[in-house]
Amino acid sequence: MAYHRYDAVIVGAGGAGLMAAIQMAGNANIAVVSKLYPPRSHTGAAQGGIAAALGNTEEDHWQWHMFDTVKGGDYLVDQDSAEVLAREAIDAVLELEHMGLPFNRTPDGRIDQRRFGGHSRNFGEGPVRRSCYAADRTGHMIIQTLYQQGIKHNVNFFDEFHLVDILFTDDGECCGVIAYEIKTGELHTIHAKTVLIASGGYGRVFKITSNALAGTGDGVALAYRRGIPLMDMEFYQFHPTGLYKLGILVSEAARGEGGIVINGEGEAFAARYAPTMKDLAPRDMMSRFIYQEVREGRGIDGKDYVLLDVSHLPPEVIDEKLPDVTDFARVYLGVEPKEEGIPIQPTAHYAMGGLPTNNDGQVLIDASGAAVPGFYSAGESACVSVHGANRLGTNSLVDLVVFGRRVGRHMLREIGTRELPALPDNPEATAAEEISALLSREGGNRAADIRKAMQETMMDKVSVVRTKFGLLEAQKEICELQEAYKHVALQDKGKRYNTELLEALELGCMLDCAETIIHGSLGREESRGAHYREDFQDRDDANWLAHSMITRTSSGLQLQKKPVKITMFEPKERSY
Amino acid sequence: MEVTLRIKRFNPELDQKAHFEEYRVEVEPNDRLLDALNEVKWHQDGTLTYRRSCAHGICGSDAMRINGRNRLACKILMKDLGKKITIEPLIGFKIEKDLLVDMEKFFDAYKSVKPYLIAEGAPGAGERRQSPEERERFDDTTKCILCAACTTACPVTWVTDEFVGPAAIVNAHRFIFDSRDEGGAERLKILNGGSGVWRCRTIFNCTDACPRDIKVTEAIEQVKRALLFE
Repeated sequence: MAYHRYDAVIVGAGGAGLMAAIQMAGNANIAVVSKLYPPRSHTGAAQGGIAAALGNTEEDHWQWHMFDTVKGGDYLVDQDSAEVLAREAIDAVLELEHMGLPFNRTPDGRIDQRRFGGHSRNFGEGPVRRSCYAADRTGHMIIQTLYQQGIKHNVNFFDEFHLVDILFTDDGECCGVIAYEIKTGELHTIHAKTVLIASGGYGRVFKITSNALAGTGDGVALAYRRGIPLMDMEFYQFHPTGLYKLGILVSEAARGEGGIVINGEGEAFAARYAPTMKDLAPRDMMSRFIYQEVREGRGIDGKDYVLLDVSHLPPEVIDEKLPDVTDFARVYLGVEPKEEGIPIQPTAHYAMGGLPTNNDGQVLIDASGAAVPGFYSAGESACVSVHGANRLGTNSLVDLVVFGRRVGRHMLREIGTRELPALPDNPEATAAEEISALLSREGGNRAADIRKAMQETMMDKVSVVRTKFGLLEAQKEICELQEAYKHVALQDKGKRYNTELLEALELGCMLDCAETIIHGSLGREESRGAHYREDFQDRDDANWLAHSMITRTSSGLQLQKKPVKITMFEPKERSY
Repeated sequence: MEVTLRIKRFNPELDQKAHFEEYRVEVEPNDRLLDALNEVKWHQDGTLTYRRSCAHGICGSDAMRINGRNRLACKILMKDLGKKITIEPLIGFKIEKDLLVDMEKFFDAYKSVKPYLIAEGAPGAGERRQSPEERERFDDTTKCILCAACTTACPVTWVTDEFVGPAAIVNAHRFIFDSRDEGGAERLKILNGGSGVWRCRTIFNCTDACPRDIKVTEAIEQVKRALLFE
């Protein structure tokens, strides 16, 4: 048992965690805990770009970006938060450039910008060039740049430490975390004045996903188990263009550069559904268009996929602006994008929901907006909410840097005034018991079988299109899998790099995420953004212009509504 | 199709020395080797240990020696590997368990070349200007994912710890040739030292091993030329 004391502990070394760390480095005693080496974090897989109304290649304004964010999120976005996002994006992108991020450049040496889904000029008139990018590896450049800055600022990294519990006092103040050292199997109590959960999303609850195997919602689920509510969990984004069967992401940049999606009849069908934005309609809509085409028999050869075609683009555009994604098609599907369409299907991509926070990243305890002292979240694990019911492409990277920065600064102020709360007795007991039960159990269920069943259930019944009937079935199945999970047994009983144990712990977290996704989906009897109910096909602002907050209590799951903040843009019908 | 994976196993908690174990798995031709390893771990032997995360060649976790060549397990397909596949950990680093090696030495070498922008002057309100040509100058070396495939393919690193290795040089190159950076001289001084670029014997193993197709040997040569001629 090891004990450490810090001013701040940051869990997760992706874009949000590192951005926060850099704000505090040198001014506070901080630790960054990650189950991976930081540059392995999933921020690195982001491709297309980061939006900011720099106006480098054509007129643009942060108000336009804010509007697109609100409309893209089907008006479930908190507009004060969207304003922060759109305003501060400009400065945050420039800060990344100052840190050394190698953006693509315009002929006069400015950061180049390109089109992206849902981003428009003058409140929806047509596409605008707002996405700042570095080829189709913008996330890679962000994670590398931020890790480089972490090294420069001597940030204290706990590499390959797995979060297993979050600690709270009896008064509900956050006071640290328990982390499992993967190399040795030792539990570490990290006692801290402030804790930031920046542990990312949970796409691995679904069978087809663009997410890394590490995307298992650990921080979100562990907070939930400690009584923290989760917000808007029913909003899970399916990205329209994942490689067929694999789910590997093919960036929206492919369509931003002029690529089109075509069905089995050779038709560029997006124009039929979204006459203005066409193939650059937001992701939730594009995914539903594809679903509809497939269901009506217009998939390729009647199967469950369509084609993303970039073959008409100049070869140099493909090589210079889309090198990685076209390489994925070559490597994994044996398809040459310069000559033929890329088989694609919607892939589970991004959690709009997560830990509810205010604009400084403080986690909220309930719908009243009261914050949990010392407890923060940022990035995909958080729900501010700037993405509402559907996140626009490039806004996740904006979210990371804007709110990572804000939360880091707020924590720094908090550290100056806050006393270190006392730890609870035996702080590691819960985690130690859970791990020891998994290690000592003989002859039980395989975690892999439970995980596969969960992923299939979630994909079949809780993905692009949902019904009450399907959701109830899914609820029952996940409940059974949670029961089966109590009987998981491992073959690896060792302490050293026991990755089988970690995978089992991750499965437990994913089952909790799945439970809340289903509960939120059942509760929300309307269709909005990424949440589409076939039995309630319309948006219902009278009853559901509200966030959902789910809390696990001794008497079951409780669902509360939290009002949406509307400042500048009254909800309107969303058409593209 | 059925294939046999011949995997080098070593658990220092249990084993005196490394040994090979064989696993037969049913795979699709288009499966990644990582899928086959997961099949073993999830359904045959949960003790098999390796790193992995993104599963599509971006995060750099799963570099290993596959049929004698350093590759990412998630970026090579079964149809290209034959019916019997030998899988070993990277050479030159301490084996922690099975295919998982100690990366500390690798990251220490990376950090030793100051892999971050050094630019003391205030950047001003907007972005620093950089022409597309200046940006292109170091594009290739920005692609590095720190997987260590190149460094552990280099025979020099197998016989001495006194070489920072190709990956560290690639990351130094990325800044030395960035028009915005002012730390080139510091880095060149480091790479001119006893563990720097002159340890390179121009064997090209690094270039062959890079899963990102970075021209690693060429980048090292450019650093050498900068030391000699600039």
